[in-house]
Amino acid sequence: MTAYLGDVAALARKDLRLELRARDTLPAMALFVVATLVVFHFALPGGASEDAAYGLLWVALVFTALLGLGRAWAPESEAGALDGLVLATSDRSAIWLGKALATLAFLLAAEIVALPAFALFFAPLDGPALLGVLLASVGICAVGSLVSAMAAAARGREVLLPLLFLPLAIPLVVGGVGSSVSPEPGAYLAFLGLYDAVFAILSWAAFEYVVTE
Amino acid sequence: MSITRPSLSALAALAVALAAASVLMTFFVAPEDVDQGLSQKIFYVHVPIALTAYACFGLGAWKALRLLLTRGERYDLESYTGIHQGTIFGALTLVTGSIWAKASWGVWWTWSSNQLVLFLVLFLFYCAYFMLRFSIEPGPQRERISAVYALFGVALIPVSFFAIRLASDFIHPTVFTRDGPQMTGSMFAAFCTSWAAITLLAYVMYRTELAGKRTDVNLRDIREALAR
Amino acid sequence: MPLGDVARRARSEGAAAVSEAVVRAVGLEKRYGLRTVLRDVSFELESGGALVVTGPNGAGKSTLLRLIGGLAAPSRGLLEIGVERRRVGFLGHEPLVYRELSALENLDLYGRLYGVPERRERIGMLLGRFGLWEARRQRISSYSRGMTQRLALCRALLHEPDLVVLDEPHASLDDEGLALLDAELGTLAAAGKTLVVATHDPARVAALATGSIVLGHA
Repeated sequence: MTAYLGDVAALARKDLRLELRARDTLPAMALFVVATLVVFHFALPGGASEDAAYGLLWVALVFTALLGLGRAWAPESEAGALDGLVLATSDRSAIWLGKALATLAFLLAAEIVALPAFALFFAPLDGPALLGVLLASVGICAVGSLVSAMAAAARGREVLLPLLFLPLAIPLVVGGVGSSVSPEPGAYLAFLGLYDAVFAILSWAAFEYVVTE
Repeated sequence: MSITRPSLSALAALAVALAAASVLMTFFVAPEDVDQGLSQKIFYVHVPIALTAYACFGLGAWKALRLLLTRGERYDLESYTGIHQGTIFGALTLVTGSIWAKASWGVWWTWSSNQLVLFLVLFLFYCAYFMLRFSIEPGPQRERISAVYALFGVALIPVSFFAIRLASDFIHPTVFTRDGPQMTGSMFAAFCTSWAAITLLAYVMYRTELAGKRTDVNLRDIREALAR
Repeated sequence: MPLGDVARRARSEGAAAVSEAVVRAVGLEKRYGLRTVLRDVSFELESGGALVVTGPNGAGKSTLLRLIGGLAAPSRGLLEIGVERRRVGFLGHEPLVYRELSALENLDLYGRLYGVPERRERIGMLLGRFGLWEARRQRISSYSRGMTQRLALCRALLHEPDLVVLDEPHASLDDEGLALLDAELGTLAAAGKTLVVATHDPARVAALATGSIVLGHA
């Protein structure tokens, strides 16, 4: 078990190190989400009602996540490193978990920029809303990392990833918006937790089959 | 023709007979709905089609699971055909649902019908299945990735259902309500006949498509063997 | 329909030094959709032996080596590999490294994943042996093709594998690199490691080869 977690940690660290060096994905995500929020302001004639604004937050978050997910497996594709990891790891699901954790770190970092910007431009965010963002981010990265690996094996992966990801992201958007808007966010937060549990386990178990023959 | 395995043409004939019977029962046996009138008859087609779509997706996922666990060669085509049939019936669900909405409430689409919205999400998901599948080179990796995606689909069905239920609480004020029809005996009989007909039809279509695809594969194998 | 089988037998401790087949292939076939890349490949490779795989481009050498290395499974036929999956070292067409990490960082990651004991020392020793010590902190993206190939060799040998599968290891190497590689192959063979080498230049490895297969177009 500790060996497994050690593998996961080493792999996640590798992704963090790569991003710190290249510094391309994270700034792009942060800039993209702020730009998107600004576009939304102009896109709504007559201003946004507070409820609608929360919807916009979630659209912005989902598409920002897509930006990051599109690049998630790029380092592994460059020189075939994914095959190397498949050969070297005793449990291939560690590859998925390491990648999902690193992607989550990037997404949370982008949200640290996005959420204050949103609160500034549109509407305040309370505890349940933030918890919803956290829970949904976990789900996004769990499912997104798996689906991104599928797309990486295909032609036209940049176009394919959104098609694969968006239907799966719909429940997350419902949970996220609900936790921001509803007077009783508990049900939505519980639902997000359920989504995370179901799809994290499914992704964890299925990853082996996606990267091996 | 063996007793245990009726031929495909016999099943097709039976499906046609059942379909004819269900049409008769729908229009002449089942009573007309007080509120919705004649348009309610679409229910006898719409709901069985929806149930059949779920069944096809379930079949596709089951075959996908078998593929991943046993690596059997036949499961890939079977899973694909199941998903394909499911998508066809899913599209039909959306169409019949839309017709029913227009006939009942005067709009071609409504977000307050949870089932319709669920099918829209699933339709998007399963359309992406085909995009995914045909973007990958044929081979074991394509089979496995398709199988994993098919399994994600059946997980998405209940999760989306809950999501849509939750969403309808606050996102879309319920304007139209439709109670599940309280079925009288004759309505139930008509419904079951229709359901049986459509399920059998789906099965026949599944077997036919699968046979066609297998024939394609065999033909290519033969061509290849002759070329050597 | 017969399924492709990859059976792995754990190496039994204290097995007699008598040559036992480390790799056994019977009627291997590999298809990708409509394309048949390998057909009816059969061979046996005994422990400590060296199998040389030759054939024209496109004949399936790389595919065969991926099967033996554990990256793919045969469509039909039997493939028995008497070595645990992570005791196999694999060198493919791609170096299987991270271009934006340094040699040290790449090998450190693989060393952790493989569970290499005394990782630092082993990495240092390999980098030195293949003449990469000076460049150990540079990113792989700055390496020449020859240097990258040398690093890939280090990666393949890092965990002291019992079965070493090399797909055209001589490619891209300069004279110095070739000499280092030949020396290493000799060392591996002398240490009783089992080798599989695909090459366009069988004469180079003729001295240590114990068997060979020639793949034609399927």
